[in-house]
Amino acid sequence: MKLFGYELPAASSLLLWGLLWEIVGQLELTFFVPALSEIFATLVEISTTKPFLKALKETGQAFALGTSSAILIGIPVGILMGINKLLDEMLLPWVNVFLSAPLTALVPVLMVLFGFGLKAIVITTALFAIWVIILNARAGVKQINPSLVEMANSFGANSWDAFSKIYFWAALPEILSGVRIGFIRAVKGVIIGQLLISIVGFGALFELYSAQFLMKHFWAVLLVLFAMAFTISEFLGMLERKVSYYAASR
Amino acid sequence: MHDKTQSPNAVEVRNVCKYYDQVEALRDMSLDIPRGGLTSMLGPSGCGKTTLLKIIAGLLPATSGEVFVNGEAVTGPGPERAFVFQDFALLPWASVMRNVAFGLELRGVAKSEREAIAEKCIADVGLNGFENSFPHQLSGGMRQRVGLARALSVDAELLLMDEPFSAVDEQTRRKFQEDLLNLVKSQNRTFLFVTHSIEEAVYVSDQIALLLPRPSRVSEIIQPSGFRDKDPDSIRRDSEYLDIVDDIWKSLRSYVE
Repeated sequence: MKLFGYELPAASSLLLWGLLWEIVGQLELTFFVPALSEIFATLVEISTTKPFLKALKETGQAFALGTSSAILIGIPVGILMGINKLLDEMLLPWVNVFLSAPLTALVPVLMVLFGFGLKAIVITTALFAIWVIILNARAGVKQINPSLVEMANSFGANSWDAFSKIYFWAALPEILSGVRIGFIRAVKGVIIGQLLISIVGFGALFELYSAQFLMKHFWAVLLVLFAMAFTISEFLGMLERKVSYYAASR
Repeated sequence: MHDKTQSPNAVEVRNVCKYYDQVEALRDMSLDIPRGGLTSMLGPSGCGKTTLLKIIAGLLPATSGEVFVNGEAVTGPGPERAFVFQDFALLPWASVMRNVAFGLELRGVAKSEREAIAEKCIADVGLNGFENSFPHQLSGGMRQRVGLARALSVDAELLLMDEPFSAVDEQTRRKFQEDLLNLVKSQNRTFLFVTHSIEEAVYVSDQIALLLPRPSRVSEIIQPSGFRDKDPDSIRRDSEYLDIVDDIWKSLRSYVE
């Protein structure tokens, strides 16, 4: 970003907004926006408490399980849909339906099906992440150079070779951006799951703090969540840049 | 009937028809490719030359008719055939070394062994020192050298080349054609080459099959004899070379829109 000819450091817009937030907070215009410095102070204060650490563990666990199942199922399904026309025609309508469906409305059904425990939360998380992962893996395979597949065939590749040595790698740039978007959606999914299914983890903290109008605490947990999502997204963005050297020349 | 040891032909194409949906690409095509040397299939676009090459490679099924390679009917790709692609078909995420060794990798050859073979083939096509480069770091001509090295590495008797030089610039292409002549001489293999360039076909071929479209058929087989043993530089000034180029153009001109 450039301002009056000066190159500003990368996160300067965040600093500007942080400053504005601090001013609004200090002026005590509304209880909804406490000063940013107080939020950070609260964050430091609660971050060592038992309920916070318990919530972090519960949320982290559900998030890890949900996203890893979304990846392990979503990537192969997406690749197979890209390869196989019949499978594609069978599954594509459903993927599109669920991609745009208000999944939150489905959560009560999931509770009936899978109970009120970790299982239902993990499934909710996975459901938020998986569809975009499938669609991106599929799109990655669709744009593959047909010569590469012919080349593998001409040297006698079997289906597994073609899948693991050609299709996966050719689609990797798209797969990674699908996973990145899927992870961000999964952050939403895990919190919604924890709010609606059983009041555990960060969902429980949000419920507790907002019900008691503890806005400093509320914002502190939100910042933690934002930092988590930001870190994951940056990490995956870095992986994407690692494969970008061939993304343009497939 | 098709005895491997008796057949003087590397490839025999028998009454092959090919339809893409309703569109006829090949009708009742028959052609013999002799063993050894370089045979090119030359024709205007739409004459089905690439289709025929891919049927011989086993990459496309014929709608009817049969193809025999070394007397055996083709049902799919086989280890005695290797294909060189028009657009190179290199793995963009893999180094030159892995690309050249990829055919062997798919055939289950151990890593150290296949890299030793690949290194030799990389040297054969003049790419020493580029083993660890990636395709996007190479020029078009160098990429096709990688594609050629990959086809050489699997030690196939029959090399099928689909317009291998059409995507490289004119100067690189000339150098390539000279190198190909030397390669054909030094290797005891059969090269089958598809091209739409008359000069290229006459320059590199021991035998030229002239293909005509609508319906696609072999109209003529030309065997240049006089200049094949001359050095690469003087071929282009040889009178037989120039006459053949002229004759082919006369046969083809009415088919070019």
